[in-house]
Amino acid sequence: MSYLSLENVSVGYNGKALIRDICIDASKGEIVTLIGPNGAGKSTILKSITKQLELISGKVIFDGRDMSRMSAKDIATRMAVVLTERIRPELMTCHDIVATGRYPYTGRLGLLDPEDEKKVDECLAMVNATHLGAREFSQISDGERQRILLARAICQEPDIIILDEPTSFLDIKHKLELLEILRRMAEDKGVSIVLSLHEIDLAEKISDKIVCVKGDRIFGYGRPEEIFTGDMISRLYDIEGGVFDPLFGSLELPPPEGEPEAFVISSGGSGIGIYRKLGKENTPFAAGILYENDIDYQAAKYMAVRVVSEKAFEKISDEAFSQAMEMVEQCSRVICGSITIGEQNRRIEELIRAAEDAGKLERWE
Amino acid sequence: MNDESYHSLASRRRARYAAVFCFFAVSFAVIVVLNINIGTVKLPVSDIARAIFLREGDVKTLDIIWTIRLPRMIMAALLGGALALAGFLLQTFFENPIAGPYVLGISSGAKMMVALVMIVCMRNAQGFSSFAMVTSAFAGALLSTCFIIVVARKIRNMAALLVAGIMIGYICNAVTDFLINIASDSDIVNLQNWSLGSFAGMNWSGVYAALVLVGVTTVLTMCMAKPIGAFQLGEGYAASMGVNIKVFRVLLILLSSFLAATVTAYAGPIAFVGIAVPFIAKGALGTSKPLVVIPGSFVCGSVFCMMCDLIARTAFAPVELSISTVTSAFGAPIVIYMLIRKRSRI
Repeated sequence: MSYLSLENVSVGYNGKALIRDICIDASKGEIVTLIGPNGAGKSTILKSITKQLELISGKVIFDGRDMSRMSAKDIATRMAVVLTERIRPELMTCHDIVATGRYPYTGRLGLLDPEDEKKVDECLAMVNATHLGAREFSQISDGERQRILLARAICQEPDIIILDEPTSFLDIKHKLELLEILRRMAEDKGVSIVLSLHEIDLAEKISDKIVCVKGDRIFGYGRPEEIFTGDMISRLYDIEGGVFDPLFGSLELPPPEGEPEAFVISSGGSGIGIYRKLGKENTPFAAGILYENDIDYQAAKYMAVRVVSEKAFEKISDEAFSQAMEMVEQCSRVICGSITIGEQNRRIEELIRAAEDAGKLERWE
Repeated sequence: MNDESYHSLASRRRARYAAVFCFFAVSFAVIVVLNINIGTVKLPVSDIARAIFLREGDVKTLDIIWTIRLPRMIMAALLGGALALAGFLLQTFFENPIAGPYVLGISSGAKMMVALVMIVCMRNAQGFSSFAMVTSAFAGALLSTCFIIVVARKIRNMAALLVAGIMIGYICNAVTDFLINIASDSDIVNLQNWSLGSFAGMNWSGVYAALVLVGVTTVLTMCMAKPIGAFQLGEGYAASMGVNIKVFRVLLILLSSFLAATVTAYAGPIAFVGIAVPFIAKGALGTSKPLVVIPGSFVCGSVFCMMCDLIARTAFAPVELSISTVTSAFGAPIVIYMLIRKRSRI
């Protein structure tokens, strides 16, 4: 059963719809990630869910009820947010910030009882920030701040947390840390998480569902394995030169153009470093003979001008061999990474010998 | 210091609150005693004590104490506290530590309206009730505040907002000056004095009225301590915690305008108290928790204004300084210090 669902929602500013007919939903314990180019309206969608913006049309069903009919307090005890807007509180310790999460539960004066205090401590511990409790919020790093704000959201004891680009300004360590905490929240506590991310590779790894936001409709919506295939990401971000490699979740620059000037012989990942080096030198190159289940084959697909390949576990065919030999003859350099040679790919030795005889062989350490 | 646990810090903090409030209480008491004792007419302490506690003594002493010094001092305490609170509320509203009723032109707006109503009333009717004073001041204060809010919507810039406030202050002052110029001589004497800001000439009916007005508004402000605390994290977070932002903003504006209006109606515009005092209170208490800062600012504002009033009437006696002269002399350097410190931290 979905906990939060948007039914034909249109969102926008001042009564003008920017994105129409949004239908997405999140079940308990699910992580739903919005990705898409800058300015596509990820924040607009999130703000509409948190009621910071009014819906243009459609309905948000939240915990089985129409959200527009729920009281502010009802929502506050179920939904917490981490926003992009920077806050500059004066003279407040991190503990004070986290404690504001207890707001919907405290009395008229907002005083914390011992039970609340315990919750605050627990939430700080959950984000590994117990040591920050007494520090002033304005004097900690961006990564720490984001963690404190997340602890604040957790302290509100929500069933769903909405985060708008929580990883901006964070270095890679803090990004991973933050997403790890989110995943734990979703898994252990069954909290639903809806967030927007710039890092598509991380989005692929932590999300249960991906929402691609571009243009005036939802561009794509589905499980990561459905979204991260083919050229979906390239189309989403209008990438023309480079490519997104869905298997590694990495972004590759466009390969140097022209006839191959170098031929790379490698296996089992030893070629990737060579490919990158040649790419940086702007040397067009070919790679081979690679088995189709070799990791080098995956990389070469996006980085080399030509790939000579063979079906996995087969003996090298005459066809592949002659193509490779042609490359050895044509290219001015033949670079050989570490390679395992067995019964099936014995003929690669011939290639190497041919290159050596022609004085083109370079060994790569 | 880094890894000190929060809970040991929290108990130190509570001790600090207690110490600071004790200090405020002691200074309050000292200032009260000084205010009653010092004046153009020298009175022996024993006579004063008798006049206050036993209500006996010669007529002149009783008169000085009961109709001049006491109401004036109580007014300074009440209105000083009110002004500090108004400043605190405006700073919360604009999320800007340099906001205050005086710099944002709110006091000037109130002053202009009072001057206008005063002149019209004096011409057509004989009396001018304090109810009319406060109401017209409130209308003027709201007018200025609304203008500032409109400007703040258009430009999200702290400096520009202040410039706009100062400009509306000038406009209101110009109108007030114009009104004073066309007013008849008999009005001018009153108006001139009042429009510079002064605690002189307070009477008991004024004290009672101000006590009720300021008392009620202060209690209401205390009741809003919780949402104010949430609002310190910004509007988005406050809304996500369940604060009704629209209602909250309206209440904040009504309360701060009403406080500023009450002060202006009785004592005229008073500079810098609204900015400097909450800053001192927050710094001394080491927190911005509204539940602590609201009473802290109030008491600190009382002490500050009583002290300034004492200086205003005694420094060059028998000539009296306007209260703003003294509050500016103390308040402006504090604000400058505040700006420098902010800058260096950003």
